[in-house]
Amino acid sequence: MTPVFDIAVAVARVAVFFAFVFGLVVIMTWVERKGAAYMQDRRGPNRARILGLTLGGVFHPLADALKFLFKEDFIPDGAHRLFYQLAPMFALAPAIMTMAVVPFGPPVTIAGKTIALQIADLNVGILYLFAVSGMAVYGVVLAGWSSNSKYPLLGGLRSSAQMISYEVSMGLSVMGIIMVFQSVRLSEIALGQGALLFGFLPKWGVFVQPLGFVLFLTALYAEANRTPFDLPEGESEIVAGYHLEYASFKFSMFMMAEYIHMVVGAAVVATMFFGGWQFPYLADKGFVLPGGFSVAVPAAAVLILRIGSFVGKTFFFCWLYVWIRWTIPRFRYDQVMRLGWKVMLPLSLLNIFVTGLVLLYIDKGGF
Amino acid sequence: MELILFMLFGAIAVGGAIMVVTRRHPMASALYLILTLFAVAALFALRQAHFLAAIQVIVYAGAVVVLFIFVIMLVNVPENKLPMERVTGMRLLGVVAAGLLILESAVLARKFAMPAGSTADAGSVQAVGRALFTDYLLAFEITSVLLLSAVIGAIAMAKKKI
Amino acid sequence: MTIGVKKVARPEKMSFGESLYLLEIMKGLAVTMGHFLHNIAHNKDIPTIEYPEVRRTMPARFRGCHRLMKRPDGSPRCVACYMCATACPAKCITIVAGESPDPAVEKYPVRFDIDMLRCVFCGQCVEACPCDAIRMDTGWHTPPEDTREKLIYMIDKLLEK
Repeated sequence: MTPVFDIAVAVARVAVFFAFVFGLVVIMTWVERKGAAYMQDRRGPNRARILGLTLGGVFHPLADALKFLFKEDFIPDGAHRLFYQLAPMFALAPAIMTMAVVPFGPPVTIAGKTIALQIADLNVGILYLFAVSGMAVYGVVLAGWSSNSKYPLLGGLRSSAQMISYEVSMGLSVMGIIMVFQSVRLSEIALGQGALLFGFLPKWGVFVQPLGFVLFLTALYAEANRTPFDLPEGESEIVAGYHLEYASFKFSMFMMAEYIHMVVGAAVVATMFFGGWQFPYLADKGFVLPGGFSVAVPAAAVLILRIGSFVGKTFFFCWLYVWIRWTIPRFRYDQVMRLGWKVMLPLSLLNIFVTGLVLLYIDKGGF
Repeated sequence: MELILFMLFGAIAVGGAIMVVTRRHPMASALYLILTLFAVAALFALRQAHFLAAIQVIVYAGAVVVLFIFVIMLVNVPENKLPMERVTGMRLLGVVAAGLLILESAVLARKFAMPAGSTADAGSVQAVGRALFTDYLLAFEITSVLLLSAVIGAIAMAKKKI
Repeated sequence: MTIGVKKVARPEKMSFGESLYLLEIMKGLAVTMGHFLHNIAHNKDIPTIEYPEVRRTMPARFRGCHRLMKRPDGSPRCVACYMCATACPAKCITIVAGESPDPAVEKYPVRFDIDMLRCVFCGQCVEACPCDAIRMDTGWHTPPEDTREKLIYMIDKLLEK
């Protein structure tokens, strides 16, 4: 009975989170196009219709998927056949693996067992995230190189340099969070953000680490190859960059990898800097407002509010990608490198230093 | 279970390493190197050294091999111009010598046998961090200074005007 | 008069707030969000014309697709004088003249092709024609076709309209 139950729980967790991320990926392709259109005073996709309904173009992702499935699977003449076919898998696999450590809800107790709403609560937590998302560069590089074409090669080169540069500041920018919450497990970081700061402010990462948040968000955009750091695929300079020579489902695998990175990145930002599944002022038994008020809420409602809060935050940060994309133009390459090494790296080191000083002061009895 | 996993990842690591040496195409070698590094990381994780496993993947698979691939991409030798490597007497001798070295180290390792099944916590982030900043602080700082001087040296050599 | 050059004023030096970028990014985000919300709230204000269903009304003096005029007896008015082909800047009119059976008319066009893919719709042919034999239609444009051949209009097609 017990092992069957455990396996069922494990499978269910994977299935639920997988469905959540992929559902959001599908929605994001629509949100991106529609959002872009409305920001640019256009109408956006509104043609695909089922039974005479267009519903603002929500059927377009379906139409896209069908189109990708039925297009010719094309391999260019001079491409290295094996590596060319491997590259999309190298891109997609790490993207899917990253979602394993994100907690999407508080631990729940079912049939006397405590179940963490997280696929795997690794004790290296964030480090696993960095390790796996660092693998994503291989897909891009391999695609760029194996296509045997100039623009993809340039895209691959740009991407590898950019990803290595920003991985450094990304890793250093979360050090502050790790120091404050004294754990690298995302579940414990999310748990720690339920406390209140000075008695009224939720102890969210963004409030204790504002600089860390800005640095992490910037590095995240660079890692996910999103505007303003989308130089690896800058279409006005190098056509489409690394996936220029790809068509049909291989191209859609790159596309999916990019969107999964976005979604998981958004979930990670929400978890580390915006309390994850924590709903402001909501404790296990109900709302506890500053000033001593408390409102009792049934446990099921608390759970739903918390998961809903995680989903809402994730969706907001997904939307932020789109919002930023249609607001800020692309950087020049030297600007990207200068920002990464000469601005973000010193700032993240400074952040660690200041955080350490403050923590030491608190430890000695300050505040 | 642990033994089976150890055998599996050990076999992958050794097989990958052999492929790294024998593949003709440098890109294939680099990809097999990633496989080997991953298998070694898995072995670390089996020994409860989770931190080491994660760092292994981040630093070696995530950064060092990327630089290798960067160089392979930049040089980009066409496939028909790759140098042919022949099996020579010297290389066979090298294989024999390497085998002897592995045997010797295995014997040595048996002598200074590691504690069987270290505690679950010994390899965690906290434990490694504490060890680095207390017992091994001097070694840690000296390594940092060494790396710093290497970085400065690289910049000084690469750039004419700083 | 030469084309005016518009000078965009750029600040010599960015202020501290600007050089942080964050505030400026926020301002930019506010602008895009403003457009987004405005377009959601006032969906009708979006200037996009949804083409197949809604069509832009053409200007009254728009001149598009060519047609050849006929005499009352049904023969083409064209006398194959080559004036239009000569005037055509795109050289898209091909005429082959033949002797007309009607003694009152000297020549008639055996072939009269207009390559609509080349035509620039300048209307010079209509201006040049001495017999008012070629005209351009108002109110609609050349319909698209799926092959190039269909867009080279032969005399039959030009006459039948």
